[in-house]
Amino acid sequence: MSLISTLARLEAVSTGRAQPAATVRHRHLSDRPLVFVPLTTAGEAGAPLGALVGTDRDAPRLLVVPQPRDRDLRFAFLAELADVVLPYVDAFAEVVEAAERTETDPETGKRVKVEVDLCADAPQLIVPSRGGIDLVRLLGRSMRFRRTAEQDPEAPYPAPPRVPLLGRWLTHFGERARVPGSSLLLAMTDVLGRHWATGQSTLEDQHLGALLAWIDPPEGLTGAEAALRAELERDAQGQLTCPPAGPATDPAFDNKLLAPAIERYDRARTALAAAEDGLEADDRLGALTAAEREIRDLVRSRTLPTWEKVWQGLDLLRELPEGAHVEERWTRDRWSFTGHRDRVLAGEPPQPRRDDAVTAANKLATREREQARLEAQEALDDLLVMAGRRLSGEAFAGEVTDVVMAYNEGKRPSPRPLVTVRTDDRPHLGERTKVYRSLGGKPQSAEFVGAEEDGGYVVLRILDKMGRGKEPEPGSVPEKGERVCFTLFEHEQRGGAKLPDPEETPWTHGGPPGEATLEAADPVTAEDLL
Amino acid sequence: MPPPRTRGTALRHRLAELRGPDVPAKALDARALAALAANPGCARRAILDGAGVNKAALASALGSPSAFGQSQFALTRGNAFEAKVKADGGAELLRLVHEKLDRSAEPPAEARVPDLTATGPQGRTARTALELREAAAHPGAWTLLDHPMLALDVAGSPAFLEPDAVVVHPDGSWTVVEIKSFPLLDGSADPAKVGAAARQAAVYVLALEEVAARLDPSPRVRHRILLVCPRDFSNLPAASAVDIRKQRAVTARQLTRLTRIEDIAEALPEGTCFSPELPADELTAAVESVPATYAPECLSACELAFHCRARSRETGAVTSLGRPVRAELGGLTTVEDVLAAARGEAGDPADPAVAALRRAAALRAEALEAACR
Repeated sequence: MSLISTLARLEAVSTGRAQPAATVRHRHLSDRPLVFVPLTTAGEAGAPLGALVGTDRDAPRLLVVPQPRDRDLRFAFLAELADVVLPYVDAFAEVVEAAERTETDPETGKRVKVEVDLCADAPQLIVPSRGGIDLVRLLGRSMRFRRTAEQDPEAPYPAPPRVPLLGRWLTHFGERARVPGSSLLLAMTDVLGRHWATGQSTLEDQHLGALLAWIDPPEGLTGAEAALRAELERDAQGQLTCPPAGPATDPAFDNKLLAPAIERYDRARTALAAAEDGLEADDRLGALTAAEREIRDLVRSRTLPTWEKVWQGLDLLRELPEGAHVEERWTRDRWSFTGHRDRVLAGEPPQPRRDDAVTAANKLATREREQARLEAQEALDDLLVMAGRRLSGEAFAGEVTDVVMAYNEGKRPSPRPLVTVRTDDRPHLGERTKVYRSLGGKPQSAEFVGAEEDGGYVVLRILDKMGRGKEPEPGSVPEKGERVCFTLFEHEQRGGAKLPDPEETPWTHGGPPGEATLEAADPVTAEDLL
Repeated sequence: MPPPRTRGTALRHRLAELRGPDVPAKALDARALAALAANPGCARRAILDGAGVNKAALASALGSPSAFGQSQFALTRGNAFEAKVKADGGAELLRLVHEKLDRSAEPPAEARVPDLTATGPQGRTARTALELREAAAHPGAWTLLDHPMLALDVAGSPAFLEPDAVVVHPDGSWTVVEIKSFPLLDGSADPAKVGAAARQAAVYVLALEEVAARLDPSPRVRHRILLVCPRDFSNLPAASAVDIRKQRAVTARQLTRLTRIEDIAEALPEGTCFSPELPADELTAAVESVPATYAPECLSACELAFHCRARSRETGAVTSLGRPVRAELGGLTTVEDVLAAARGEAGDPADPAVAALRRAAALRAEALEAACR
């Protein structure tokens, strides 16, 4: 954490309200995001209890598993989830625009431009907290290898038809969420925490209720008071008035409310199965429906407050103007979405359990590159972020006090003007350190020539973006009196060394992965939960 | 005239007084061990855990109840999984130990599973030590100790520990087994949870080493423990050997550096008692008489964290925002001091921390002002 954000936190403590940590919004927000508020059963891996999901703030769809240990009920939940998520995803997959992509021509080996489809927009999934992202990944993993009755008629416990496809999409969302700056799948706590500094620690910021309490405290309360209430206040029954954002539930809720309700549901089911005639069965079916409704009400009562909070968070974020580079990063998300759409359409098998060496190395390289890109772009888009870089000596801003025209010694002399900048910043400049400034959205580079002994003045030699002529193009050289900001980091990220094609993987890295095959489904046991 | 008490009994007596009359001592559970790892320097945690005070009850009595609790679903599953792993005299468990840790040994066709029941933690500890000695007399056989009880000297007082299982190999060496109910998915598990399990197991290894040192010849305590988890989405056990040398070294070092509980206890005013029966104000005074070093990490490890956090915030301590915050602010420890220094109202401009703060404040103000325009 930089000293600037620490200072913002301390100011939040003393003013009782969260302070801005960014002046623009650094993440893309869709006009029609799909909000997903899941709950899971404590102690089970990927056994959902229920969820609120939907794109309409006023009409969330409630999905509930009345007995999380029953495989059929879990499958019914997943099938319902697929009915909500897949049409949403498909709606974006259908609308495309033409775009160009450079590809290597397989015959000539040259880089050529190819015209391809790019989805005009992409879906966006929003979960309340980081735990939600992990659950999306886990659900994806649990579903994508399942076999439907159609794929494998012999399979015991076949999955409902669209469930494996949902698994592939959720896996894609989960994987994409690991790429810095991507916005296909966002956790509300992360995004809010990026834009506001609260008067509590980052650990406590993981609680969505407490985080929002600092950012937007209710009338008459300070952020600290409201956050404390959100964290700890319990009603007469001993239940948290602000239930945790999930996917884990509060143990007091499990023990006092949920467990008895599930037990009543189990009893009603057993009773129904034991019914001897139609009349009795009707009565008992009524009891079962009532028991199920009770669990649905319980799940709704725990997810609805979080649902509201996610939308409240979206409202707050939408008030911030979008950063200049956000659109460009969203385009990368659209490429990623289009790429996966094409893989699904082409009938490729689901993502493997473990990536092969080349894919894994590519993913890692992408994440590193995107991290560097994100850091550079956020600084360029946001003066507050740039202030942090200036404080750490990675950038400096100041006024141009002198411009001296100079030329390099070539056959055709090109302009290499010397610019003196007066600055209070203390950049870490060494001899001929390259620095960059943004000129009409493109980076212009300069090199460090010298500084005055006591600091304060920096002399730079501008190196490029001045046109081909002997005289620099107008506006391409800073003028006396102009405010300029140079960074020591590059604005655009170059890709690293190219990796070999997967078929050429050297034996040191496991050799070629071979034909992509459909991995075996997880073996199923008669009873998969304890 | 009563016989002169030894130091050990005097301390034990003193700790019992702190706990309150007729309050049984609480064994160091997994959470207390996690708290020890998260905040070894906290005197309040040390004395409360050392005296075996029930911190959850204490926190409720203080009016800041802890938010910990265990869902019965998780509890049922945890117990059911452990029972499944240990079923049939531990056949599956021993098979996993053999496969993952000791493939050169005879496969465990049958194993000794001694009965370890006894009254009280001391009794069970003695019983465990006895059975471990007994196992040494049966070379070539596998022995499974189900829920043994071990004692470890923590800051001068014995803490009782209960590992899930300890296995004695045919070569006489011992292995700690940890059974957890988080899944091992495609061969990997949540690193945070594995880390916690490894730290916990490291403490068991240290306790076992104390037992081993008293035997002649001393059996080897293996530094690779067996972590057993459910595989993928099933309830079948999968195991993995976890090297805990690092955690063991860290914990051993922390244990030797702990302020002796004796010294903390001596510094307490006469008549201090942490019994949850006492009125809240007396208890608060008693708890306040021991200094705490609160950090946000405590929230996930210590029952008393909400109480300490409230106190820490009241005094405006910057550590309540996280340890790294404290690290970059030099000698400034309270929120008001830092803000006053940043505004230029206090502090020595020659102090590098103060100078950096003022620059940060100026840059921040400049950026926010420019953004508003």
